[in-house]
Amino acid sequence: MEEPPAIELRGLTRHFGERTALRRVSVRVPAGTTLAVLGRNGAGKSTLLRILSTLLRPHAGEVSVFGEPLPRRAFAVRGQLGLLSHEPLLYNDLTGRENLVYHARLHNVGEERVEQLLEAVGMERRAEDPVRLLSRGMVQRLAVCRAVLHQPRLLLLDEPRANLDPAASELVEPLIGRGAGCTRVLTSHDPQAALAEADLVLGLKDGRASFVGAPEQLSAAKLAELYA
Amino acid sequence: MKTTLTVLRKDLRLELRTLETVPAMTLFAVTTFVIFHFGLNRATIDGQLAASVLTTTLLLAGMLGVNRLFVAEREQGGFDAFLLAPVDRTAMLVAKAAALFTFLTVLEVIAVPAFGLLLLGPSLGRSLPGLIAVLALADLGIAVIGTLVSAIAIHTRARDLIGPVIGLPLLIPALIATARAIGPLLAVHGSSSPPGKWLAVLALYDVVFALIAYAVFDFLLED
Repeated sequence: MEEPPAIELRGLTRHFGERTALRRVSVRVPAGTTLAVLGRNGAGKSTLLRILSTLLRPHAGEVSVFGEPLPRRAFAVRGQLGLLSHEPLLYNDLTGRENLVYHARLHNVGEERVEQLLEAVGMERRAEDPVRLLSRGMVQRLAVCRAVLHQPRLLLLDEPRANLDPAASELVEPLIGRGAGCTRVLTSHDPQAALAEADLVLGLKDGRASFVGAPEQLSAAKLAELYA
Repeated sequence: MKTTLTVLRKDLRLELRTLETVPAMTLFAVTTFVIFHFGLNRATIDGQLAASVLTTTLLLAGMLGVNRLFVAEREQGGFDAFLLAPVDRTAMLVAKAAALFTFLTVLEVIAVPAFGLLLLGPSLGRSLPGLIAVLALADLGIAVIGTLVSAIAIHTRARDLIGPVIGLPLLIPALIATARAIGPLLAVHGSSSPPGKWLAVLALYDVVFALIAYAVFDFLLED
């Protein structure tokens, strides 16, 4: 039997009051590939990621993740997703380690994985500091750990390298980069960086899919139009 | 159960570290007793008046806890993180209700002796076991309804107002039953055990709202 695509959207639409954030968006993302979602601020990128993460419901159209229709089968999909969003989803008054242990328990993951990840992102020496005392870059490194703690099959990455310096960016690369070995959906304020990582591009303009195709098919003019 | 304990442990740890909720509840209760002490212009009170003052004060102090219950989840992304995990959402209801129950218990451990010192005429000693039983049932009701109301309020902009506006009317029956059950315990030469009728009302109230909360809580977490 053919493996279902990691993601399939058919006519996905989502409103916020009078405003339509996503309008009839369709795309198919094979498992193990990287989809770059491009578009200027407010184009609908974060909304798309929240729908894929099961945190928002679509208002029309069909969404499936690993063949499971959302939101009906959201329970089957949760636990296979890792979301790295603008918010780190960490408690400011807990330490980095306490936060990760909390998430590890929610995902039924052993605590040795927490230690392994803290070491991987170079946070083992600051793991006992409350999150509110850490720099933004350090918080982002912890957020990366949280997102990949349970080794998700699908990573939803909203500006994943925000606040990271080049050294920190290199540290998280094996966890959220191509080497992570999972399907990825990626947004970035730097389209060239996103294109370099992508197998497939979805260009959003005012909530509509203005471009769907391989990165090499995206012309400079079309890219400029997406950000106009 | 494991998820419930995980969330509860996290909530209690956050409260121990920040001391944002329980000290405010306690200070509110003790200050209110002082206000009653001078406002009533009586050295001591007893019976139904004492029960009303105690119950009302504890309920209003409890509302402070209700208002704070989901703030960290909302402001620091705890809701999203929890919803992303493959866990039963009811675990959050049970954990939050247990956390609120714990906060109320700690409040009462301090506030009830303070009430005995500042306002109450008769000694608390003989009526204490009965009082503990009534307050435990009342706390259960406040914890369940408070969690439900707080989960509704947290999604609104006026959450500090919504909590009391919805919660207090829902808690009126519990307030009445608690005050009536405590009244005879605080009377001069009063009973040492609370009236069974009011205990039964409280217990029934707790069960009904626990079932309602269980039925609707999932929907409150949806977008």
